[in-house]
Amino acid sequence: MTDSFSTSLPAPDGSAPDGTATVPEPAFLDGNAAAGPLRELFTVDLTAAVGTCASCGDAGPLGGVRLFTQAPGLVGRCPGCEDVLFTLVRSERDTYLSMKGFTTLRFPTAG
Amino acid sequence: MRWQPAEVSAVHAETQSARTLTLRVEGWAGHLPGQHVDVRLTAADGYTATRSYSISSAPAEGELEITVDEVRGGEVSPYLVRDAAPGDAVEVRGPLGGWFVWSPDSIRPLQLVAGGSGIAPLMSMLRARAAAGSTAPARLLYSVRRPGAAIFAAELERLAAPGSGLEVTYAYTRAVPPGWPRPAGRVDARLLAEAAWPADRSPDVYVCGPTGFVETAADLLVAAGHSATDVRTERFGPTGSTS
Repeated sequence: MTDSFSTSLPAPDGSAPDGTATVPEPAFLDGNAAAGPLRELFTVDLTAAVGTCASCGDAGPLGGVRLFTQAPGLVGRCPGCEDVLFTLVRSERDTYLSMKGFTTLRFPTAG
Repeated sequence: MRWQPAEVSAVHAETQSARTLTLRVEGWAGHLPGQHVDVRLTAADGYTATRSYSISSAPAEGELEITVDEVRGGEVSPYLVRDAAPGDAVEVRGPLGGWFVWSPDSIRPLQLVAGGSGIAPLMSMLRARAAAGSTAPARLLYSVRRPGAAIFAAELERLAAPGSGLEVTYAYTRAVPPGWPRPAGRVDARLLAEAAWPADRSPDVYVCGPTGFVETAADLLVAAGHSATDVRTERFGPTGSTS
């Protein structure tokens, strides 16, 4: 895994820096934080695009999804049903983007 | 979007743990208030580290400012807060994000809720609001641990001068100034009811801060009747990766 999507990760054992044990917390960011890595692949900003969840039908901007970064890559989950909307994983050689959790992504038509 | 070379052109201490860095970027066309940049540092051995930082300055050509709060034990923020000096080279990618942005053309009331260094993108909005002469009435609820921890306190006081249309309310979570009317405590429903626009004014709402703070504030706002789709959030993790 290269660095590009890395954030400051907690210790591998999930302990806090002071050594105290912590209950693993589902820490997540907003889809906003994926704007940079996605702009490496797309010519337009995706965080303002409105996606519809294939699982529960909720629709909302990609910037508002739950973004999990403590994984090999980025995982975006639906704020409504928690199902995976997209994953973005990069290796030294290739980048893998899955958007199978969206039925549609709606963008303003460039005009 | 490509990584662009950037030069640290100025540094400015804001609080004991936070510093603003001015980055000069050739061809930078400005940004929208609320947007962020990714910053990449490369060590002599080729090791790189990337973090996202909100832009705190008003939109300007050729340069931008980021305001960084030091994360103890962090990999990047201690360098930016303690060591980075004018002339240092970094790389930036941006401006980024089209969702957590505010337009100075908006005439709706503006409600900002900041926790700690989450003030950074909201400060860009307030600076842009002042620069544009926007008459959108604005309220900022700013939660900090103690008085000295408030970033931009003096400038916020100037921006909130009588007639500005901006009201700033502080919530002190650990220690309050002498004579403060409220005890130290977190933002709660009562404080929101006192200091924030009510839902029936249909404000543009932006909440930025640590994950737990944003979670709590966004839930309180929705409970107070704000539509979840009107409440835009920007969380940064416990390690400060996105401020």
